[in-house]
Amino acid sequence: MNIQISRRDALIGSGALVVSFSFARSLTAQAQGATKPVALTEVDSFLAIDKAGNVTVYSGKVDLGTGVTTALRQIVSEELDVPIMRIELVQGDTLLTPDQGTTWGSLTIQVGGMQLRQAAAAARHALFSEAAKKLGTDQLTVADGVISGGGKKISYGELIGGKKFEIKLDPKQPVKEKAPTEYTIVGKSQPRVDIPDKITGRFTYMQDFKVPGMLHGRVVRPPAIGAKLEGVDDGALKKIPGAKMVREGNFLAVVASSEWNAIRGAAALKANWSKSETLPDQAKLWEHVRNSKVAKLEEYGKTGDSAAALAADGVKKMSVTYDFAIHTHGSIGPSCAIAEFKDGTLTSWSASQATHNLRKQLAQMFSLPPERVRCIYIEGSGCYGRNGHEDAAADAALLAKVVGKPVRVQWSRADEHGWDPKGPPTLMDMRAAMDAQGNVTAWEGDFYMPQQTPGGFLVPLVAATLTGMPAAEHIAPGNVFQNSAIPYKFPNTKSVCKRLETTPFRPSWIRTPGRMQNTYANECFIDELAAAANMDPLEFRRKYLDDKRGLELLDRLAKLAKWEQRPSPQKGTIGNIAKGRGVSYVKYELVRTYVGAVAEVEVDRATGVIRVPKFTIVHDCGQVINPDGLKNQIDGNVIQTVSRTLIEEVKFDRSQVTSLDWESYPILKFPQVPEIVIELIDRPTEKPWGAGEPSAAVIPSAISNAVFDATGVRLRSVPYTPAKVKAAMQSHAT
Amino acid sequence: MAKKSLNVNGKRVSVTYDDPQIPLLYLLRDNLGLHGPRFGCGLGQCGACTIHVDGVAVRSCITPLATVSDKQKVVTLEGLGSPQKPHPVQKAFIDEQAAQCGYCINGMIMESAAFLAKNKKPSDTEIKNALANNLCRCGTHARIVRAVKRASAQA
Repeated sequence: MNIQISRRDALIGSGALVVSFSFARSLTAQAQGATKPVALTEVDSFLAIDKAGNVTVYSGKVDLGTGVTTALRQIVSEELDVPIMRIELVQGDTLLTPDQGTTWGSLTIQVGGMQLRQAAAAARHALFSEAAKKLGTDQLTVADGVISGGGKKISYGELIGGKKFEIKLDPKQPVKEKAPTEYTIVGKSQPRVDIPDKITGRFTYMQDFKVPGMLHGRVVRPPAIGAKLEGVDDGALKKIPGAKMVREGNFLAVVASSEWNAIRGAAALKANWSKSETLPDQAKLWEHVRNSKVAKLEEYGKTGDSAAALAADGVKKMSVTYDFAIHTHGSIGPSCAIAEFKDGTLTSWSASQATHNLRKQLAQMFSLPPERVRCIYIEGSGCYGRNGHEDAAADAALLAKVVGKPVRVQWSRADEHGWDPKGPPTLMDMRAAMDAQGNVTAWEGDFYMPQQTPGGFLVPLVAATLTGMPAAEHIAPGNVFQNSAIPYKFPNTKSVCKRLETTPFRPSWIRTPGRMQNTYANECFIDELAAAANMDPLEFRRKYLDDKRGLELLDRLAKLAKWEQRPSPQKGTIGNIAKGRGVSYVKYELVRTYVGAVAEVEVDRATGVIRVPKFTIVHDCGQVINPDGLKNQIDGNVIQTVSRTLIEEVKFDRSQVTSLDWESYPILKFPQVPEIVIELIDRPTEKPWGAGEPSAAVIPSAISNAVFDATGVRLRSVPYTPAKVKAAMQSHAT
Repeated sequence: MAKKSLNVNGKRVSVTYDDPQIPLLYLLRDNLGLHGPRFGCGLGQCGACTIHVDGVAVRSCITPLATVSDKQKVVTLEGLGSPQKPHPVQKAFIDEQAAQCGYCINGMIMESAAFLAKNKKPSDTEIKNALANNLCRCGTHARIVRAVKRASAQA
């Protein structure tokens, strides 16, 4: 499209924009690596334009399989008026890309994308300003990277091609961006740039990546967490060509010239390990969690005096407990990494969502200055949080160091299920009081979750722990306190996060960490209060909300889901299959994306099996960049979380994880997948917020509330296995 | 080191191996450089490694080389179609944008293509049942079913 921009407009709000093209330095690919800035305050950190007018975007945020890099290209394409197909994107390379923070927390568009938008806007202003000089007019239009004015044309490639912008960015003085009313690319569904190659087997995942001369490593995992390697017989290894044992402390592995020989070699080792029983009895997990030492109490959402209101006479008091099982990430492709030590520098290729943090950790492990470590992101199988990628990177680096050659480590399925860090067990005690008119007079929640130790989110690397090499001792479950406080305006409220000193497994964040568990308890419990007040659960929520966008969302949800207004449970259901519907609502972290969900369920009273035939979602994340990509993400949130809610639970004995494959840790299969109806509320003039996680937060509660509507039975323990459902129905009946 | 001749994607190829029990997956990927079939579990549980042997969808991660003859036709995702000339099922997956990370998609397409060859006009339920042993973690199932349906409508 053509946009009329005068030079005066271009400079309004341009803040610290300094137009000074440096024509001296040319950016060959090699020199680029050596001289390219990565500071967040430089346009050149984010963008380069070559002589042909092709744009390279440098993104510290990476594509974890969400398609977000297509959306990032859209943002830059829109701001610069350059077609998407002429935009390349380099991601997550500590040498080349700015540190925009870990790719987590639904922040890639909201934070990373907005940094790119600013850089592109600043570049555009500079290009226009320069074009005005060259063309001798400030009445300029642009289309496809070519600026026209006064009957003449000049391309971005001619203006800047191969040279640096040398423009500073100052977040305190943002550059004026294109008006959303002018958008033609942002807000329109854009086919993903990676899909054709993925569909035809041409895409290079981390698992496909190779470097010349690399060997393959396979780690032999201890049979128990904390077990010591007491001895190993590698006699059988002689029969496997090229296979060699590596033993460093309690780290045991085989390196070979082919992956299969490494696998065979690892199986051929006869290792003796000491007995180690560090885990609690799974049958008493919740007792264990409740009795774990509290390292810190954090209070959120305090209003009034909830203790006094709960102790008051003449109110109805309710007190219930929810729990949420330990989950594994379960990427379909197990973690994989390659490492190479060369000239005193470690290069690590992995699918880490946090290459800048991984660099810190590898530098610490090998006692190297961080600048001697380069971590390069290569997209792997879908990543939903801190899984095993960083650990595979540490395995590969250790083996590469020992054998003096590049080594690739591909984790097995059992490695992935057994040794990725886990979503920690979460326990939630909820209390409330209600007056005779059904008004909530007090609300309290105690949330038991692991502590976040100060200093960062560096989940300890398994290889560092096994070898005794220097390592971070962090307990890092992520910002799991979020959404413990509620969006509802009750008079006396308090949410307390009991941050536990220890948790059974190395914790980390899995999609919607904490927000999912906390929202589950809060949104089930408000449903319990609605039922106690004999009110429609959606209307009950509306009564206590004063947020315009939240209220609009719930109205649209009621309409879309054809919500029938009545209290739950429904009356007079008969037959073996009980049907019901449940609602849930979240304002993510109480400051951003709004999601409302209605679940429709069918409960088989005889078997306790829950089916979820349909989910209806209304989603408001402000400005939408790629509607189709967003819907794909919402589908993913719904389906993955239905799986987590109905089925998933890590099983373990006193020594280790015992659910080491897809039979013992199953996930949702095609016949169980719900129909999903989605309405997006696009607000082009608002900020774009995240969407990778928020719609997952409402799924467990919506299902539990629907089961209550169908059967009158409350499910307060995720996953809702048939055994738990049957037990709950039996105790309800008696 | 032994050698064996195979028919892969319509071409006569030779693979080298130390162990005749090596699963076909490793030879296709490491020996022949094919990226379509993917390692997911090594247990035949997830379907990411699916290929066709004489038109039948099989799990290459648990198919030992010794069980595949040089007369059998092995086809991988690459052999099904290319970005320029996609197979109708591949085209339908692109049209429906039926991928998130895409790691499982090889199995989804190979399983669906073999299934549609036998059942030209399946219902949604039949498609879901046909894909019941192919796992997707990202939650792309709804789009995958739509893509298979679209491919069947165009066949």
